[in-house]
Amino acid sequence: MSASEMGLPDKGGPRQPLVIARDLTCHFPVRAGAFGPKKVVRAVDGVSFSIAKGETLGVVGESGCGKSTTARLLIGLTPATGGKIIYDAQELGEELSLRDLRRGVQMVFQDSFASLNPRLTIEESIAFGPKVNGVDAAEARRIARDLLERIGLDPARFAGRYPHELSGGQRQRVNIGRALAMRPRLVILDEAVSALDKSVEAQVLNLLTDLRRDFDLTYMFISHDLNVVRYISDRLMVMYLGEVVEVGPAEALYERQAHPYTAALFSAMPSMDPYARTQVPPLAGDPPNPIDPPSGCRFHTRCPFAEDLCASKKPRAVTLGEGHQVACHMRDPASGHGKAAA
Amino acid sequence: MSALVDIRDLTVRFGGGGRSVHAVNGVSLSVEKGEVLALLGESGSGKSVTLKSILQLLPPKRTKIGGSIRFDGRDVLALKGRALSDFRGGEVSMIFQDPALALDPVYTVGAQIAETVMRHESITREAAMSRALEMLQKVRIPSPERRLKNYPHEMSGGMRQRAMIALALSCNPKLLLADEPTTALDATVQMQVLLLLRNLQREMGMSVIFVTHDIGVAVEIADRVAVMYAGTIVETGTIAEIMKDPRHPYTRGLLAANLHGAVKGARLDAIPGAPPTLEEPPSFCPFAPRCPQARPECRAALPPVVEPGPGRRVACVLEAAPA
Repeated sequence: MSASEMGLPDKGGPRQPLVIARDLTCHFPVRAGAFGPKKVVRAVDGVSFSIAKGETLGVVGESGCGKSTTARLLIGLTPATGGKIIYDAQELGEELSLRDLRRGVQMVFQDSFASLNPRLTIEESIAFGPKVNGVDAAEARRIARDLLERIGLDPARFAGRYPHELSGGQRQRVNIGRALAMRPRLVILDEAVSALDKSVEAQVLNLLTDLRRDFDLTYMFISHDLNVVRYISDRLMVMYLGEVVEVGPAEALYERQAHPYTAALFSAMPSMDPYARTQVPPLAGDPPNPIDPPSGCRFHTRCPFAEDLCASKKPRAVTLGEGHQVACHMRDPASGHGKAAA
Repeated sequence: MSALVDIRDLTVRFGGGGRSVHAVNGVSLSVEKGEVLALLGESGSGKSVTLKSILQLLPPKRTKIGGSIRFDGRDVLALKGRALSDFRGGEVSMIFQDPALALDPVYTVGAQIAETVMRHESITREAAMSRALEMLQKVRIPSPERRLKNYPHEMSGGMRQRAMIALALSCNPKLLLADEPTTALDATVQMQVLLLLRNLQREMGMSVIFVTHDIGVAVEIADRVAVMYAGTIVETGTIAEIMKDPRHPYTRGLLAANLHGAVKGARLDAIPGAPPTLEEPPSFCPFAPRCPQARPECRAALPPVVEPGPGRRVACVLEAAPA
């Protein structure tokens, strides 16, 4: 197999979304203590979304909201307990095997050091994937050197180095290069720049922008930093306790948030103006435990607008505008919520 | 008015095992009574080390400290034994990034606070417990009577951080050292804790040194900011001055890298390269190798510290002789 055959060829054409997730669920069984009762963590609970070819979908939410688990389901690192993943018009498990899927989807993690084998030089790390997939050693080496060049690490100086000989920013570049060695079309970046210092983070964001253009990539960009997500994303998906509460065009969401949780998340950003500091905390309390998520709308325990209805009935997703959907009773004229826009 | 904390020419070197790291290289700063100073910098800039040296929390065998730290007129680097224990937690206390590590897992939150109070003040266990309850109310933990009997693992992250703040403030310290206390928290909880700290600081009138890498956090909490790079302070000023008119090229780069108001798709003005490893103390401006405005003299000697205004200090040759 040559390098150009490694990635998956386009099947569905430009209008077919690269990835469609339908009603994904991921429940983990846990026990409270050694003899405690069996319980279920509903890490991801009925999540549906799609990512168009060439776009960047930003995913935001607090810890335990299921954003990382959703990413791991997409690449098959964690088996889904329900739902469908359709990659370029082929359903995973039907037309598409997990092995094939992983040629089309790659992931970059937060911890750049833990992600690399400490006993391989960075050239070997990047060449590893192609070699395992049948590319001969000399060609794999050429791919690795070419990628090192592309990620801004001169192969003559860096190819023989080990991960501990690099800085955090350089290591994360290597992880990005390694992900690209498989010629993927979707790259999932799970807090990939969060551990970097601000000055280095900007360098890596510039690199990601260049690579997206040069390699025709689609990104799923998971981060807790709303400034970064705004900069890089075309669309934004907001998650809370295993569910999607709002999804829409990034700029529109920054202008106006339809879900009270999205609004709270945005108002929790530091003000950047010493004369206009934040005066009121956006929400009270911590996010609840996903083991026993609240009934009805999961946000009702922290929502300032919650009514009895919110505790009993799950809100349905309502479309507000072009690609903008929100799951809140207040936005659903038929819900019967006191503030529902008729 | 004399400053509460006065640090002069502090140097900290970690040695042992043949390698040494010059973590802090001549830091001078002062904090007034009732003032909140943010130490802003990236990892390895020496901000946490500066903070920890005030309480002598660095491993004594491997650490060489130079310069002086005076607190309320006393030399705190000379404190030893009982006097040091009285100082720690009594007059100066500290909160950390990870409350799960800072709190003792085998004692209830109430017992830990009461123990601290009894160590520093001669009061009965009962009085100490009621102080603990009062502290939990002060940090606005819901149903504080019940929470007093909780172990740290029974609390959520935000709650634990509040409990640690209650513990740190239980003896009414004059100075609170905060080492990235909101970094590990979720966005909505981070803002709750920042607002709580701001209110408590105002209420109790204490001074705070707040270490952070996030300029947005500094804006929310600080009166004054000292920007650190490679174990030195490159710029000091009020938060309003720093935000409006950053003078040092590193401060400017840091502000641009925050992406606040960055235009989508436009190239970011990234600072090239990475911070130095500090195996040697800097003999010239440590930022020069990454500085877009570096000149030959930047690599010849340490930059002069210029005062462009009252309370404002910038360590850069451009300040001394503008281009």
